[in-house]
Amino acid sequence: MAGICSYGGYVPRYRLNRGLVYGAMGWMNPANIANARGEKAVANFDEDSITMAVAAGIDALKGVDKSTVGGVYYASTTMPYKERLNAGIITAALGLNDQIRAADFSGGIKAGTTALLAALEGVAAKGVDNVVVTASDCRLGKPASPQELIFGDAAAALVVGSENVIAEFKGAFSTTYDFVDHYRGETAKFDRAWEDRWIRDLGFAQLVPEAVQGLLEKTGLAMTDFAKVVYPCHYGAARKGLNKKLGITPEQDQSNLQVEIGETGTPHSLVMFVKALEEAKPGDKILLVSFGSGCDALAFEVTENIAKLAPRAAITGSLANRADLDNYTKYLIWRDILPGDAGLRSEEDLWTRWSQLWRKRREVLGLWGTKCQACGTVQYPKQRICVNPECGAADQMEEYCFADKVGKIASYTGDNLAASVNPPAIYGQVVFEEGGKYMFDFTDCDLDSLATGMPVVVSFRRKYSDKHRDIAGYFWKAVPKREEA
Amino acid sequence: MADGIRDKVAILGMGCTKFGERWDCSGEDLMVESFLECLADAGIEKKEIQAAYFGVHIDEVNVGKAGTPLGAALKLPFIPITRTENFCATATEAFRAATYAVASGAYDIVLALGVEKLKDTGYGGLPGGAAFGTEMFLRGSNATAPGLFAQLATAYAAKYNIPMEKIKDAIAHVSAKSHFNGAMNPKAHLRKAVPEEAIKAAPMIAYPLGLFDCCGVSDGSAAAIVTTPEIAKSLKPNQDIIKVKALQISVSSGEEETYTNWDGAHFATTRVAATKAYEEAGIKNPREEVSMMEVHDCFSITEFVTMEDVHISPKGGAYEDVMNGFYDLKGGGVPCQVDGGLKCFGHPIGASGLRMIYAMYEQLLERVPEERAVKNARCGLTHNLGGTPAKNVAAISIIGRD
Repeated sequence: MAGICSYGGYVPRYRLNRGLVYGAMGWMNPANIANARGEKAVANFDEDSITMAVAAGIDALKGVDKSTVGGVYYASTTMPYKERLNAGIITAALGLNDQIRAADFSGGIKAGTTALLAALEGVAAKGVDNVVVTASDCRLGKPASPQELIFGDAAAALVVGSENVIAEFKGAFSTTYDFVDHYRGETAKFDRAWEDRWIRDLGFAQLVPEAVQGLLEKTGLAMTDFAKVVYPCHYGAARKGLNKKLGITPEQDQSNLQVEIGETGTPHSLVMFVKALEEAKPGDKILLVSFGSGCDALAFEVTENIAKLAPRAAITGSLANRADLDNYTKYLIWRDILPGDAGLRSEEDLWTRWSQLWRKRREVLGLWGTKCQACGTVQYPKQRICVNPECGAADQMEEYCFADKVGKIASYTGDNLAASVNPPAIYGQVVFEEGGKYMFDFTDCDLDSLATGMPVVVSFRRKYSDKHRDIAGYFWKAVPKREEA
Repeated sequence: MADGIRDKVAILGMGCTKFGERWDCSGEDLMVESFLECLADAGIEKKEIQAAYFGVHIDEVNVGKAGTPLGAALKLPFIPITRTENFCATATEAFRAATYAVASGAYDIVLALGVEKLKDTGYGGLPGGAAFGTEMFLRGSNATAPGLFAQLATAYAAKYNIPMEKIKDAIAHVSAKSHFNGAMNPKAHLRKAVPEEAIKAAPMIAYPLGLFDCCGVSDGSAAAIVTTPEIAKSLKPNQDIIKVKALQISVSSGEEETYTNWDGAHFATTRVAATKAYEEAGIKNPREEVSMMEVHDCFSITEFVTMEDVHISPKGGAYEDVMNGFYDLKGGGVPCQVDGGLKCFGHPIGASGLRMIYAMYEQLLERVPEERAVKNARCGLTHNLGGTPAKNVAAISIIGRD
């Protein structure tokens, strides 16, 4: 039986109070006061859609034997690469086998559920098993636009398989329309929208019910069968209207997290779905609907296995790990909307030699080092000759992954000279509990909060952006270990 | 069994430019300047130089690779010239190569010259570049030199459980001492005394290092002409002969960076190089026998921990010695940075090793004014440390008069 075997979620640590944005830009569009409530989740300067998808994927893979994973399906409309498989980068970062299937799903923001359907049907057809479906977006609204306030950044991931299913797949119904509520052209940075009234009254109010009715007819289920209904719609009044029209009670209505995160695009219905799964009981049925160039509607039934999942951050845990981004212009710099001067040093030109990255792909993207089979010493980066001076064995190494290890801060600094859009650049030596050490950049923390001896974990981040050549480069950074909610 | 370099080679002459922001000079101009002083001091003609070693490090603002820049700038007549490069020990490597060339008997008179023209980058500090290989760009942290060395402070504080305020006091004294010494030196880059309170209050460059904890980034060049002690005596019968007592280099094996036995609070390479240098020079008790030092004070914390790594302060004892003035010019046991150090004399990477030896040489020949002279100096030690605290090259040279 195909279904969801595991889930994970990721909401970036930084939250931008919408009132702060309105205070800076409201003069240009006073009507935006309607969207100025709550806060939006904002990717850190070193995060993008890929890094958020990796974070959600790592969360979803907790308790899953990675060697059983057969595929990675990635959905996003803000993939860093148009050509170069984004899911391939995610696969390497997740430390998965090379011999699996990976695909990118993009275009309309219903692509998240479409990727999920492809995985469910692939598993049902026994063509593939244990597929990591991950979706993320990092969409930009132009300063002073409603979208700037409405949009937020997040990611969700689901492992789809046939064994130990926590939510069985009960059926799906899809529609596809070239209904253009938002769009982004080939070179555009910002989303463009048509009139809200039209999106609301023709888009949500007609397309969502059509998909829901189609699913109910196909599966023979009724609205009252569902413990939770997940559908995206950030218009408060339209959402109330839809609930009434579809017969969704307040108990059934899964929060769209607009006040806490914002409208996240491709991952949005999956983010809501993960939140629903976190709170679900065995026997609960969940209706999952996406929206964007049509709709996918999917029905699930939660099983007893849901209680057996290993602890994870998911959406609730990552929402609890929050820090104010107390500066709107910092957001503009991080997203490269406002040109800022990081100094001449930032203009030094080093370029990615793809052949080097190919050779080093396991250690760079997957944080694989080596473990000496002669003396047991683990070491990063990969070595051929053991670094232990008492050993020195040559070519007796096996691979060893540092990406899931816990370390301690041995030394650190906050560097104001280094070129950074988030100075000071914080970095230091990390000694891993099980051996090995490396000097990492630190992220998602403040200098004042650090101390030697503090435990850290590693997080996959954007290391550099080569604007001359349109390259996003990735590596791992250290993050203070925080208790998961 | 090899018996080392001790007493096999003498310094015939030295030269050093003023270090600083030499906006009007190219690297080639600086080479000519140090060379002409060196040649005049040696009292020989250019055609008597039989071979040369040329130190230059930074490729981003460079006179060029190989030996040709030296031959062309100085118009040396078709002699063998080899470029040496080993981070901040680059000029010491040129000196070491020249010395070994004489000691081997291959040549009688050899030139070593180092230069760096750093002020053409357009910013403070050193270029990042690909000093650790182009693959490091894929996984190395967004680090600069001050940030890498600043970590010595957090690691040292943790190791010895010393509050950061006390470390700030000690490293402020380290920098104030160099400013005091440098202020008296007309060739130094930074020539102003700065009180410790101002040093501690300076803007942060890389926690916990402030502006005054960082050395000057300068243009400059220094040179030496070496020969055998016999030739030196014949050419300069009325002058003390300054002999090379030890030259040692220690290069990281990767242990500090990759193995967990390194505490991050000291330089493993310096300890090894110093031990071997004392052995080579026949020094049993460095705290008593070393008259003065120029050590690699790229940052105040570097000098602070180096006082232990050169085996003069006991482990964990640098704080006491620094605060007690043991390394001060006047009244100190082993005056350190007598010409201002990298901190104030300046740090053009490819020239610094020879600049340090020049400072010792001038003191040993009693050519410095009374106000900054080290009394009865018999033996001077210089130390370079290039690379990062976790992966570096340490060089120690000891010169002396008998």
